[in-house]
Amino acid sequence: MNKEKIAIIGAGIIGASIARVLSRYENIEIHLIEMETDVGWGVSKANTAILHAGYDDDPFLYPNRAKYCVRGNYLWRKWSKQLQIRTSWNGSLVLSFSKEDEEELYNLLERGERNGVKGLRIIEKREIQKLEENVSPNVTLALWAPTAGQISPFEAVAALVENAVENGVILHLETKVLDIVEDGTRITKLVTNNGEIEVDWVINAAGLYADYIAKLVGEEDFKITPRKGEYFLFNDRAKPKVSRILFPAPKPKSKGVVVTTTVDGNLMIGPNATDLPEDEKENRETTQEGLEEVWREASKLVKNLPSKSEVIKTFAGLRPEPTGGDFVIRPHNSLLGFINVAGIRSPGITSAPAIAYEVPKMLLHLGARLILKKNWNPIRRRIVKFSRSSNRRKRELIAMNPLYGNIVCQCEMVTEAEVVEAIRRGAKTVEGVKLRTRAGMGKCQGAFCRIKIAMILSRELKIKPWQVKVKGTGSEIGVGDLFSLLRK
Amino acid sequence: MYSYDLVVVGGGASGIAASIKAKELGIKKVALIDEKNYLGGVLPQCIHSGFGLVYFKEDLTGPEFTEKLAQKVMETDLDIYTSTFVSKIAYRDYFEKLVYAVSKHGIKKFKTKTIIYSTGCRERNIYEIGILGNRPSGVFTAGEAQTLMDIYGVMPGREIVIVGSGDIGLIMARRFALQGANVKAVVEIMPYPGGLTRNIVQCLNDFNIPLLLNHSVLRVIGKNRVEEVEVCKLDENRKCIEGSKFRIKCDTLVISAGLVPRVELLEDLGVTIDPITKSAVVNDRLETSLPGVFVAGNSLVVNDLVDYAVEQGEMAAQGASEFIFNKGINAVLWKKVKLNGNIRFFIPQLISGEKAVTMYGRVLTPEENVKLKVSEINKEIPFVRVRPSEMIRLKLSKDELSSARGESLTFSIFKRGAQLGE
Ligand SMILES: Cc1cc2nc3c(=O)[nH]c(=O)nc-3n(C[C@H](O)[C@H](O)[C@H](O)COP(=O)(O)OP(=O)(O)OC[C@H]3O[C@@H](n4cnc5c(N)ncnc54)[C@H](O)[C@@H]3O)c2cc1C
Repeated sequence: MNKEKIAIIGAGIIGASIARVLSRYENIEIHLIEMETDVGWGVSKANTAILHAGYDDDPFLYPNRAKYCVRGNYLWRKWSKQLQIRTSWNGSLVLSFSKEDEEELYNLLERGERNGVKGLRIIEKREIQKLEENVSPNVTLALWAPTAGQISPFEAVAALVENAVENGVILHLETKVLDIVEDGTRITKLVTNNGEIEVDWVINAAGLYADYIAKLVGEEDFKITPRKGEYFLFNDRAKPKVSRILFPAPKPKSKGVVVTTTVDGNLMIGPNATDLPEDEKENRETTQEGLEEVWREASKLVKNLPSKSEVIKTFAGLRPEPTGGDFVIRPHNSLLGFINVAGIRSPGITSAPAIAYEVPKMLLHLGARLILKKNWNPIRRRIVKFSRSSNRRKRELIAMNPLYGNIVCQCEMVTEAEVVEAIRRGAKTVEGVKLRTRAGMGKCQGAFCRIKIAMILSRELKIKPWQVKVKGTGSEIGVGDLFSLLRK
Repeated sequence: MYSYDLVVVGGGASGIAASIKAKELGIKKVALIDEKNYLGGVLPQCIHSGFGLVYFKEDLTGPEFTEKLAQKVMETDLDIYTSTFVSKIAYRDYFEKLVYAVSKHGIKKFKTKTIIYSTGCRERNIYEIGILGNRPSGVFTAGEAQTLMDIYGVMPGREIVIVGSGDIGLIMARRFALQGANVKAVVEIMPYPGGLTRNIVQCLNDFNIPLLLNHSVLRVIGKNRVEEVEVCKLDENRKCIEGSKFRIKCDTLVISAGLVPRVELLEDLGVTIDPITKSAVVNDRLETSLPGVFVAGNSLVVNDLVDYAVEQGEMAAQGASEFIFNKGINAVLWKKVKLNGNIRFFIPQLISGEKAVTMYGRVLTPEENVKLKVSEINKEIPFVRVRPSEMIRLKLSKDELSSARGESLTFSIFKRGAQLGE
C-alpha cells in the first residue's frame, strides 16, 4: 500500500507536537520541514514559557484559545513525563493594586470557571504573602491559579522532535518551503530550496510566516503581525527570586509583564508588547524603551528586583498575532489537503498538545485514512545532566565515559559528554548545543565555552573549526584560518 | 581522599607563583589544580610582550613568561592536577577544608589546611554593558577572540569594531590588523583612552586605527552574523547627543569592556564580598573572612600587570605558611581601610599594622598633580597624574604602620597645594 504523505511546515512547538501525534499512525509518511538550521528557533524559542491555567481567554471572543489552553495545560502533565521535559507546576498569582484591578480579577475568575479551570480562588493579602514572600506590599487581592506551571520551551521542541523522529518522522532542516503545487483540486507537491517534495497533505504550522504559506494556496483572509516582547534574564544566583508566577491584572493587548523564576532557576521579567509592521518578522532587537518599560512594570509586582548588574541577558521574542486574535485552526475552504494551524500566539506553548490532537481529527474528517501503530514509542529520555547528579552517580558516569570528567561550561557545569550527546541528537551549531545542554547560559554567557563547544562540533561533524556555525546560515565562527586574510 | 597542607585552585600566574613560593617557604604538601590541560591561565594566549619586567627583570611574551614559570614549577615537588575542575569547596573547621574536583579519572576530594583561590577573572559581556539590538554571531569578548586566533588558529572576522580602549582592546586591535583584518574603530565611552599611551601609539596610531572617544556602541544589527553597529557621540553626562547616531559596517564586534573577578565558589562558601572589588574582603595576608582561605591574582583584584598577580600569589603563600606554622593568623586589631574622595578601592581592606604591606588601588577619575595621603601615618605620595586604568601600588613599611593609631587607615587623594579637609 502506498503511504499517504503529510508535510508539516514549521518545526516549532506546534509543528513538533503535530509531528509527534501523527507519528502514532502507521500508514502515513510524515515530513517535518524547517527552514532554520535547527528546530524550535522561531517563536517557540523566546517567550515566557508559562503553562497557563486558562482563565485569560474569553471563550466568546477567542473560543480556540479558551478551549485548547485548558486542555493543553492538562495534557502537558503527561507529555512532559513521557518526554522528560523539565516543568514546574508552581501556580500563578494575578495581582490587583486598585479597585479596577480587583474587578478584573473577578472577571478572570468567572471566565476561568467557565473555561473549566480547576482550583481558582480570589485570595487576600495574608494568603498571598504566604504563597509569595517577595510580593509587593501594595497588593490588595490576587487570583490564585494552582494549575499554572512552566516549561523549558526549547527543550520541549527538541524532545518532541526527537520522539517524532524515533517514531519515523522525517526531519528536513534548512529547507524552506517556497511554493505549493496543486492540480486544481488537491495539493501535489512542495517546492523548497532543497528540491521538491511530493505530498498529499500539508499542515501549515509556520508560525510568524503562516500567512505567507497560506497565501501560496490563495488564502489571504488572515495576516500574522509580529508583536514584540522583551525580557531581562538574571543569573541563577540573583535574589530575591519568586516562587510563583506573578502577573498584573491583564491589559487588552497582553497578559502584561510577568515576574517568574524559570525552570532552570533564573529570575526572568517580561514581556512588554509592541506591535511591529507586518513584514518585520525577524526584528528581535531589544530596545531602550522596551526594556525600561519591562523593568518599570515588573518593579510594581514585587518588593524587590535584583540589581541590574545581575542581569545576564536581555532578549526579545515575536508573538505571531493573527487577524481577529484567535488561533486559526481549520482546513482550506476549497483546496483539499491543506490545513492551517496558524496564528498560534500565546497561550500557544500551553495549547500545543491539545491543538496537535486536532490535526488527525481534521484529517479523518477530510477523508484521510489513519491506522494506529501497535508499537509506537511514547518515551524520550533527556540528556543526562551531570551537574544535577549525585556524587555517586557522577563517579559512575565518569567511569562509564571519561568525557563526563571534562567540564566544558564552567558556569553551568556542562560536560563534554553532554555536548557530544547533544550533537548526536541533532545539534549542528553552538546555539543548538547551548539550548540542549545549557552550556553558555550562565554568567559569562559563553565567553569561556563557546570556542570549546565549537571545537567539539568541528571534531564531531568533521568540519574545519572556522566552518562551525554559531547560529543559522552565515553565522560561521570564523572566516578562515588565522592567515587566511593575509594570503589574499 | 588526598591530604594537603595547601591546595591552590587555579594555575595561572598567581596560582603558579603561590605554589612555588609555598614550597620555598617549606610547606610540605602542596597541590596546584587547573581546569585546563596546560598551566599559565590566560598567559599562553597573550603572544605580545610586556610580561615579567618586575618578576623576571626581562620583557617577555605571555608564552615565554609561562615557560619560565613552568620551569620553576618543575623544580619543585608539588602535585599538579591539570584538566581537573574544582566544582566545590567546603569549610569543615579551622584546619580542615575540602576541595572537590572533577576530572576524567573521577571525582577527587582533597582535604587541606589552607586554600589559595586564584581562578582569575572573566570578561564583561555585551549584555552587561547594555548594548541593545540583535544577537547575531560575530560578537566576541576580547579574550575569546584572542583564544580563537592564538590558541586555535581561527580568524574570527574581516571588519572589526572594538568596544573599549583598555590595553586589552588596544592590543586586540593591533592583533586583528596584523592578521589582515580591517579594524574600523575602537570605540570608547570615556573622554580619555583606557589603556597606556604606549599602546595607543603602538597599537592604533601605527596601524591608522581610529579611536572614537566619547562614543558608545548602542546596538548591533544583523540576523545571523553582525552586519553593522550603531554608534553615537556622548555629551559630558555620557548621554547620546541628538542626531549624532551613525552606523559602522562590520562583521565582528569585540567587547573589551572590563573584567570581573571570578569568585563563585568563594561566594558559595560564604566569604564576605566587597561590593566594589566584587571579590573577597581580605586582610594583609590576603586571607578572606574564612580562616585559612586566601585569594590572589585577578580573582582578588583585576591587575594591570602580571607581576602584581605574581606578587599577590606570593603574599598569599606567605599567609598560608604563617597560617600553617603558627596555627592561624591573628592580629591584635585589624585596622579598616577607609577611602576618601577620588578613590575607588584599596586592598587589602584589613591591615594588622604588625608587618609591611603592599596595597593596590584605583582612582575613580583621572586627575593631575595630586597627592595620595594615608592620614593616620602621615604619609603623602605625589602623583603627576592618576587614572582609573592605572593601578596604584603602594608599600607601607612596618615602621610606618607602627605609628598608626586608631582603628582605621584612611586613604585620600587631593590636589597638590590644596589642604585636606577643606
Ligand atoms: C513574547 C512571547 C511570550 C509568550 N508567552 C507564552 C507563554 O507564557 N505561554 C504560552 O503558552 N505561550 C506563550 N507564547 C506563545 C508561544 O510561544 C507560541 O504560541 C508558540 O511558540 C508558537 O509555536 P509555532 O510552532 O506556531 O511557531 P514557531 O515556533 O515560530 O514555529 C514555526 C516554524 O516554522 C518555520 N517556518 C516558517 N516558514 C517556513 C517555510 N517557508 N519553510 C519552512 N519552515 C518555515 C519557522 O522557522 C519556525 O521554526 C509567547 C510568545 C511570545 C512571542
